[in-house]
Amino acid sequence: MKRANLTRQRLVLLAMLGGLLFSFPIVGLVDGVVLGLPAGYLYLFGVWAALILMAARLSEGGR
Amino acid sequence: MFPTAIVVLISLAYLGLLFAVARFAEQRAAAGRSIITPSLYALSLGVYCTSWTFYGSVGRATSGGLSFLTIYLGPTLMLLLTGVIVKMIRISKAQRITSIADFIGARYGKSYWLAGLATIVAVLGIVPYIALQLKAIAASLGILLADPAAGQGFWPTLAITASLAVFTIWFGTRHLDATERHEGMVAAIAFESIVKLLAFLAVGLFVTFGMFNGFGDVFSRAAALPGIERLLGLEAVKPVSWAALILLSGLAIVFLPRQFQVMVVENVDESHVRRAVWLFPLYLLLINLFVLPVALGGLVHFQGAAVNADTYVLRLPLSQGAEVLAMLVFLGGLSAATGMVIVETIALSTMVCNDLVMPGLLRSTWFSAQNRRDLSGVLLGIRRAAIGVILLLGFIYFQAAGEAHALVGIGLISFAAVAQFAPVVFGGMYWKLGTRPGAIAGLSGGFLVWLYTLLLPAFAKSGWIDPGFVQSGLFGFSWLKAQALFGLVGLDEISHCLWWSLLINAGLFAGVSLATRPDADEAAQAERFVDVFRLEARGGAPRLWRGQASPEALVALLERFLGAERAHGQLAGHAQARALSDWRRLPADAAFVQFAEAELAGAIGSASARVMVASVVEEEPLGLDEVLDILDEANQVRAHSRELELKQAELEAATGELRAANARLQELDRMKDDFVSTVTHELRTPLTSIRALSEMLYEDPKLPLADRARFLGIIVTETERLSRLINQILDMAKLESGRAEWTTSSIDVGTLVREAAASLEALFNEKGLCFSLSIAAGLPPVLADRDRLTQVLINLLSNAVKFVPQDGGHVWLSVVSVEDAVRVSVRDNGPGLTADECGVIFEKFRQGGDTMTAKPQGTGLGLPISRQIIEHFGGRLWVESSPGQGADFMFTVPIAAPDA
Amino acid sequence: MAKKVLIVDDEPNIVISLEFLMKKEGFEVAVAGDGEAALAQVAAFQPDLILLDVMMPKKSGFEVCESLRADPAHAGLKIVILTAKGRETEVAKGLAIGADAYVTKPFSPKALAVQVKQLLEIA
Repeated sequence: MKRANLTRQRLVLLAMLGGLLFSFPIVGLVDGVVLGLPAGYLYLFGVWAALILMAARLSEGGR
Repeated sequence: MFPTAIVVLISLAYLGLLFAVARFAEQRAAAGRSIITPSLYALSLGVYCTSWTFYGSVGRATSGGLSFLTIYLGPTLMLLLTGVIVKMIRISKAQRITSIADFIGARYGKSYWLAGLATIVAVLGIVPYIALQLKAIAASLGILLADPAAGQGFWPTLAITASLAVFTIWFGTRHLDATERHEGMVAAIAFESIVKLLAFLAVGLFVTFGMFNGFGDVFSRAAALPGIERLLGLEAVKPVSWAALILLSGLAIVFLPRQFQVMVVENVDESHVRRAVWLFPLYLLLINLFVLPVALGGLVHFQGAAVNADTYVLRLPLSQGAEVLAMLVFLGGLSAATGMVIVETIALSTMVCNDLVMPGLLRSTWFSAQNRRDLSGVLLGIRRAAIGVILLLGFIYFQAAGEAHALVGIGLISFAAVAQFAPVVFGGMYWKLGTRPGAIAGLSGGFLVWLYTLLLPAFAKSGWIDPGFVQSGLFGFSWLKAQALFGLVGLDEISHCLWWSLLINAGLFAGVSLATRPDADEAAQAERFVDVFRLEARGGAPRLWRGQASPEALVALLERFLGAERAHGQLAGHAQARALSDWRRLPADAAFVQFAEAELAGAIGSASARVMVASVVEEEPLGLDEVLDILDEANQVRAHSRELELKQAELEAATGELRAANARLQELDRMKDDFVSTVTHELRTPLTSIRALSEMLYEDPKLPLADRARFLGIIVTETERLSRLINQILDMAKLESGRAEWTTSSIDVGTLVREAAASLEALFNEKGLCFSLSIAAGLPPVLADRDRLTQVLINLLSNAVKFVPQDGGHVWLSVVSVEDAVRVSVRDNGPGLTADECGVIFEKFRQGGDTMTAKPQGTGLGLPISRQIIEHFGGRLWVESSPGQGADFMFTVPIAAPDA
Repeated sequence: MAKKVLIVDDEPNIVISLEFLMKKEGFEVAVAGDGEAALAQVAAFQPDLILLDVMMPKKSGFEVCESLRADPAHAGLKIVILTAKGRETEVAKGLAIGADAYVTKPFSPKALAVQVKQLLEIA
């Protein structure tokens, strides 16, 4: 139970981090073209993938 | 391009495949080998992605650029709040919740009104969304057949609708109990999720790498289009709209009836959520990866042509003659649409049946007339009819709306409708003070605002109603302009609606809740919802029921609604849980009544179940104060039991200590007993010789002189032995009781050792042994009692002498300084000791040399006394030896501290 | 013909006194210092009675008594257990394993002589 709670709290923190990274003004700062692709496209998918990776490690790791 | 027959055949074959998947899952479930794995659960959440995603995302991307992604970022963030989701699941399992409306109704005192209201909100919000799916299927069919009429015609779409209805009825209403999961449906939905993902990835790869040369090529060629920067960058996005959409979609992933169905009602195991937390967002990411490339590819490819961007996904492959791929895309879209329609309709039909129809039915005269009949069939009939009616409504809406705005923009409008559940659900899960009037006020307030600011304006835009209230405000009041309420301008319609509806909803909910008092049922349910984890941890909710019930009436009730077979099965399970072999012997107590009510709730919803149970038992209504008392009591009992637990733990610890102490005492007692017995034996032995010989001397005066002298000699030695023994026993007793007198002084061990050795020289010579003495130079003085230390030395030396062989005996005595002590070693070349003997030799009356024929002379107290003495000085006495290697007795005495 | 008595004890001084006493009473006497020697002497010396100490090295008096009683060849042998341990449980144990008498140390030589004679039916 304790362990589950800790994981849940970490995930909430991750959600807050995600909320921040997916919001303005941070999202608005991303501009231009990187590696031939729009920076916004790369940024959103990159942050998204990172969040998913961290969620997977937090949620299923260590059990 | 495709013959109609082929397309219809393939579509039917695909639906047949879904049937097979579902059937397989159901058979496995029936056999107790469920195929619902954590990953399958996560995939079933993919029902979120409807045809609105499958076809619509590309369309949204061509007008709004990256902002289509917000619809998928919200759910990603929401799923991270696993605590909320798990709590929702736990509550729903405990309460046998059948739908989101049931959840809301159950929380606020199992209220008909609230559950009904939530049902109306859901139906009104969702029916247009179902219409959108029908439209998508029809439109994609039209494109595939290159016959727009086929997609829009009345009969073809009615046929599609009808087959979907049949399909849904088969999936959703095979069993009555809605809380009993539809594993077949879940498996089919997960399968459809895979199909639509593969289809979309396939078309994405085809466009990006087949029609273009990879991502870079798509983007660079699109960059040449006029006004394209707006779609590629994020600068043009309105921050408020962006955030509002993330919030909205985050709420929708929980509150859309179909999402609540798969995420909560169909959940098999809470731990599956752990997988869904990341796998479902990953699914969303993958299905969106190619949306922008496909959108841009379409824009580039169909440049100038008037092609609806919503159809790019299908038209791009067709434009290249990739017919197989187009067919796959069609099946993907079909998956997206049918999945949504099946689950959504099942969820809505459950709500309509349990929360709208049943309450009316239970009060009708018809129902009273059917008093004894098995109603499970009737219930199934209602559900099936509800499925048909909902789909029919969807069909009618689709026919009426056509291409109108009221259909195209409906996705977000539906989201905004179900978002109205947020305050009462979240408030209900975490805030005990929320009341039924508060919930009704909040939900209806939010719903009305939604209706006025979003749905009706959509109707107006479609030209169905007079748009005056949008353009100039209701009755001409400009502050009532539907999409600039109270003068709030500058927001898009969704953000505007969300702001006002949630503000008014939450405000009314909180305000009215605080202004009203909950009744007994509400207070009890509030406790059960908010404290679900705590209550479960201590074995269930307090039994808030009092009255008289007859088991027969309850059983009859269950038989009526569940059917006799199922009812008996469930009753048997309940009886077994209570360790009764036969359910007919169940007592009609609170536990039974609550079990019956929960079972009924699974079939007809909690509000109806409450009414039905109340109708067959004589309840003594509990007042609010009483309920609060019971809850409070439960709290007190909880506190008490915790205190008791602590006390008990203390008692147990104390008992344990006492038991250990007792065991120690018994051991000591036994040792004392053994000691006394041994001492007696040791004393009696010399006494025996003395008595026997002196008596014989006394009895027989004519004994020869030589015998007399011999006997008297023995008597003298035995007397000496006796007194030595007595002295040592006394000495031992003194040492052990701490009453020995010590004269401590600073001692040079070297000198002491020499003196002791000198005093035993005669003994050494007598035995003819070789004695070696080695004393290290510059030994520091130690603090000890001179006489006692000498006693130890002499004891060890005489022991050694006793054990060395008659010829070639050797005793070594050495003194060295080690760290902060002086170490003395007395070594001999006697028979040595086994490891066991090394330990016991220091016990009282344990004499070495048990293996020897002759008993060595000694009292058996020398070594124990020596050890006591050495330990008194703070040193250690031990022996190192092995059989045949002689024995080395060693002791240390700590060096005197400089200031001592 | 003189009856034969075997004295078994590991205390030399007790052996001396018992040996003297028994010889004085006219018995033929043999001596053993421990349990194993006792068994060997029983075989070689064929005593009519054995005075058996309990606490001895190698084999205790109880063990000697038990193994003698297990052998039918020594059915007629009288066994007197002689010990410094006088606790009731030990007396009971000694008699239970087939001793004919149990004498606690220290003993009166006169009384012991009488008891030995009684056992050997020399009135």
